[in-house]
Amino acid sequence: MQQSNAYIITFSVILTVVLGLLLSGTAQLLGPRQQEAIALDKKKQILGAVISGDEIAAMSPQEVNDYYGSHIGATVVDINGKEVTEQGGVAVSAENVDVAKNYKKPAEERLYPVFIYHEEGDASAVKSYILPLYGAGLWDAIWGYLALDTDMNTVGGVTFAHAGETPGLGARITTPEVQARYQGKEIFDDSGELIGVQMQKGEGKDYSSEPHKIDGMSGATITGTGVNNMVKNYLSHYKAYIESKKSSSAVAAL
Amino acid sequence: MSAETLEKAIEKKPAEALLSKRRKKLVTDPLVDENPITIQVLGICSALAVTTQMKPTLVMAISVIFVVAMSNFVISVMRNTIPSRVRIIVQLAVVATLVTLVSEVLKAFAYDMYKELSVFVGLIITNCIVMGRLEAFALGNKPYDSVLDGLGSALGYSWIILAVAFFRELWGSGSVFGIPVFDTISGIFGPDFKLATNGLMVSPVGAFIILGLIIWVQRTKTGYVEH
Repeated sequence: MQQSNAYIITFSVILTVVLGLLLSGTAQLLGPRQQEAIALDKKKQILGAVISGDEIAAMSPQEVNDYYGSHIGATVVDINGKEVTEQGGVAVSAENVDVAKNYKKPAEERLYPVFIYHEEGDASAVKSYILPLYGAGLWDAIWGYLALDTDMNTVGGVTFAHAGETPGLGARITTPEVQARYQGKEIFDDSGELIGVQMQKGEGKDYSSEPHKIDGMSGATITGTGVNNMVKNYLSHYKAYIESKKSSSAVAAL
Repeated sequence: MSAETLEKAIEKKPAEALLSKRRKKLVTDPLVDENPITIQVLGICSALAVTTQMKPTLVMAISVIFVVAMSNFVISVMRNTIPSRVRIIVQLAVVATLVTLVSEVLKAFAYDMYKELSVFVGLIITNCIVMGRLEAFALGNKPYDSVLDGLGSALGYSWIILAVAFFRELWGSGSVFGIPVFDTISGIFGPDFKLATNGLMVSPVGAFIILGLIIWVQRTKTGYVEH
């Protein structure tokens, strides 16, 4: 009896339904908490471009939210650098723009969030502009944030994250050691051409005198190339916005 | 089935003590003499991958203990109703569900840990220890014994990966559970005294070496010979 086809099918159906209900129930129950955790993680990533990872790790979730609230302003721009406040009748906010989803659209139609790091509570005293990045690594998507100083040329810091790079090789883009290499590099060359920051092949060389090159990751050249393309490609979409900020800060300097 | 007749014979005897000698052996055997990693050489993949630091290793160990004990329990409860032709799929479904539960809970309550372990929590499904215990024990034994057996195997796995992680973190990063040990020692002996960390320990190769050393020491002590 127990080995009959009918029994096996009934058993399988019941098992599937029970396990399915259990899993969907858990997902429902934990969903809101997970969303919170993801939102907090995003804030940590954004802050990671301007303050050190150790400092963020020492903060409680509440402190991260507070710090974020008092130091980060945000705006959303289109490819022409114009501010976007609503799309299709729905108000947009930088935090809710899904960069990954926008990445699938043509570059002209995407929304480009900008996070503005400013002095505590003073939105006009801008310290740096944090721009999201998104691209492809070796196996899967990579993304991150890049902080530009107010000269709109010098990199203040970066954070990277990835979906499935090789642990120990490409996944090293998430380590502070690799990310620190970007600090102080420049994204425009002397003629004003956007060339980004290029991670080189091989590791252990000194590029401190070269403003556009950084040391590579041994064994992860393809991930490195992916990061290079991502940085250059995504920054190029912000070019109009960067130019507008550049000229306004030049005016302010006079 | 011989397992079933044997079970009936046991049932007629007066109730066995909650932690009788036989049951204690279920838990303690896999710790050293039948250790899943060092003797049976199962579950090596995650033992190499997650052991660079103590903290993720501890989370991984707890996850494995939960999954192995619970799946052993569930399969043991259902053992007389599971059609033998689809038993592997049934085991997989139960294990996969438990692993997903662990993963969801981590995602909600320890998101950083979830990000760090992500792939490897999912890979508990393929950890040979889980399926091995289900096939070898839970299908033929009562629930309580199965839980003890699962606990034993998972604890055997846990203490080995924690031991590996301890040495890898100490020698590779100079810390234990994220607390800097090397720096503190250097601080005692003055600024000229520096303890160097070894980059090899951070890479998976370091885990191979440590694991090999542990197996060597253990087999020298127990006199176990592969046959």
